[in-house]
Amino acid sequence: MTATSATAPQTRGQAPPLSSRVGIGEGIAQSFTLAWRTVVQVRHNPWELGDFSIQPIMFVLLFTFMFGGAIAGDWQSYLTFMLPGMIVMNMLFVTLYVGQGLNTDLTKGVFDRLRSLPIARWAPLAGRILADQVKQIWSIILVLGVGMVLGFRLGNGITGMLGATALLLAFALAFSWVGVVVGIMAKDPERVQIYGFTALFPITMVSNVFVPVETLPGWLETVVDANPVSTIADAVRGLMLTGAEAGPIIETLLWAGGIAVVFAPLSVWMFKRRT
Amino acid sequence: MHAPQAAYAVQADGLVKRFGETVALDGIDLGVRTGTVLGLLGPNGAGKTTAVRVLSTLLTPDSGHATVGGYDISTEAHQIRQLIGLTGQYAAVDESLTGFENLLLIGRLLGMERSEAKARARELLAEFDLSDAGGRAAKTYSGGMRRRLDLSASLVGRPRILYLDEPTTGLDPRVRLELWALIRRLVADGVTVLLTTQYLEEADELADDIIVIDHGKVIASGTPAQLKAATGTQTLAVRPSDPSHVATVRAVVAELSSTQPEVNGSLVTAPVSDPAVLPAAVRRLDDAGVVVTELTLRSASLDEVFLSLTGHPTERNEAHSGAA
Repeated sequence: MTATSATAPQTRGQAPPLSSRVGIGEGIAQSFTLAWRTVVQVRHNPWELGDFSIQPIMFVLLFTFMFGGAIAGDWQSYLTFMLPGMIVMNMLFVTLYVGQGLNTDLTKGVFDRLRSLPIARWAPLAGRILADQVKQIWSIILVLGVGMVLGFRLGNGITGMLGATALLLAFALAFSWVGVVVGIMAKDPERVQIYGFTALFPITMVSNVFVPVETLPGWLETVVDANPVSTIADAVRGLMLTGAEAGPIIETLLWAGGIAVVFAPLSVWMFKRRT
Repeated sequence: MHAPQAAYAVQADGLVKRFGETVALDGIDLGVRTGTVLGLLGPNGAGKTTAVRVLSTLLTPDSGHATVGGYDISTEAHQIRQLIGLTGQYAAVDESLTGFENLLLIGRLLGMERSEAKARARELLAEFDLSDAGGRAAKTYSGGMRRRLDLSASLVGRPRILYLDEPTTGLDPRVRLELWALIRRLVADGVTVLLTTQYLEEADELADDIIVIDHGKVIASGTPAQLKAATGTQTLAVRPSDPSHVATVRAVVAELSSTQPEVNGSLVTAPVSDPAVLPAAVRRLDDAGVVVTELTLRSASLDEVFLSLTGHPTERNEAHSGAA
């Protein structure tokens, strides 16, 4: 054995003693290392950000100008009403990227490689979720930016906007576990988009994001009010426009906690079964 | 507790793994001697990959027991992960990252400092002849380059035990030869290797010991030579230079082998069990005045061995033509 060979294994003498478990700190560091992957991917291919920016921009323009006048009388007032909800809807769709990325790793065998390494068992999942928060922040800035170009004004100042962003990210972190479940269930990355879109589209549409609930038939109003998307939209509207309302904010955080409590263990369980 | 040079780097007793109704492993026993290559040979679906996944801690067996580097797979998985490298059937690299970044990522996950991980990545890229491609995204790599990158990714932590799950499946013959050379170099460096393959030739070339599995069971084991000797007889082949002598040759061979020889053009072949027939054949043919262009006694090929063990041929030929 030559001492300089790049492939020579460590002999017992040189090797540090083997550890028997991964510390929390190490696990967090490993999650950040894995999240770094996504940042590098975006740096290699900035157009990827452009790709997933087109749809939100199109939606903002479409709803503002096509439906704005009909729903709210003039498009300017509709923009103010709709934009916070549009940001919520976008946040939900971006969580699908977690599932898509995860599914790619699973189908390409990258996950096997990661799981054969002495790293925390939860680091690959957590790393994925963490990485996609970069995309979340980008998409919030994007929709807000387009809205402001069109005349949207933050009635509650910068603090309100930052609070709204924090709340959105907190909910996105929890809701990403749903993306993880879809990512594990789907056979290939394309199907993640199909399943995710099919589920999310009605959920976001049957909410108070685009229309005032007072215009709905009574039974539908009940459904819309119960929809957590309406709750988050209310919370974000308050934070961005009129002033923070404790009710919807607390309810949003409760929903986030509930979703995480159900879907995080579920995804870990499904993950073990798939692999 | 763990001897520095245990006789067996990997040892498994009665591994069973079921997926629903399917029994992927049906009580597998195996041992990989430290510093050697064990070839796990079997057709598609025999349970090779499942065995590797169990021994690399990706799957827990339903029953049975195994140790890797002296550590128990069910209770000391984390220690085992510090000893092993795994290269799967497909090149498990992040295609959107460059070759360099892929190796850097693994190094960082293994707890190396950034500078150390970078140095290690460069070292491996050079070793595997990928230095020039190191800055390109892995999705632009050829099949052979991906496999080399994948193999180097499993070596970042300098593993003492390496699992290679069908490392050359789907590669063209030239690239396979390249990979074989790389694997031999690793073994020369002292790495213990568990290699799965459906190519008999590959097991013959690389493995010190071979275990043949089919339907999740071990059906034969031994060195390549032992396997050939245990199951196959030898074949005597004689080709006279003058085709008119075929009848004479046939008579001589028939007498020596006590069988009905096969005649194919001017080539006369017959199975024999006693190696002493070769000098006898030379004498008898010489006495009869027959000049031969070919006179050989060859062992049964592993292909023949495999066929006689499993009762069905390997998918080798389809796999080859599919890859070419």
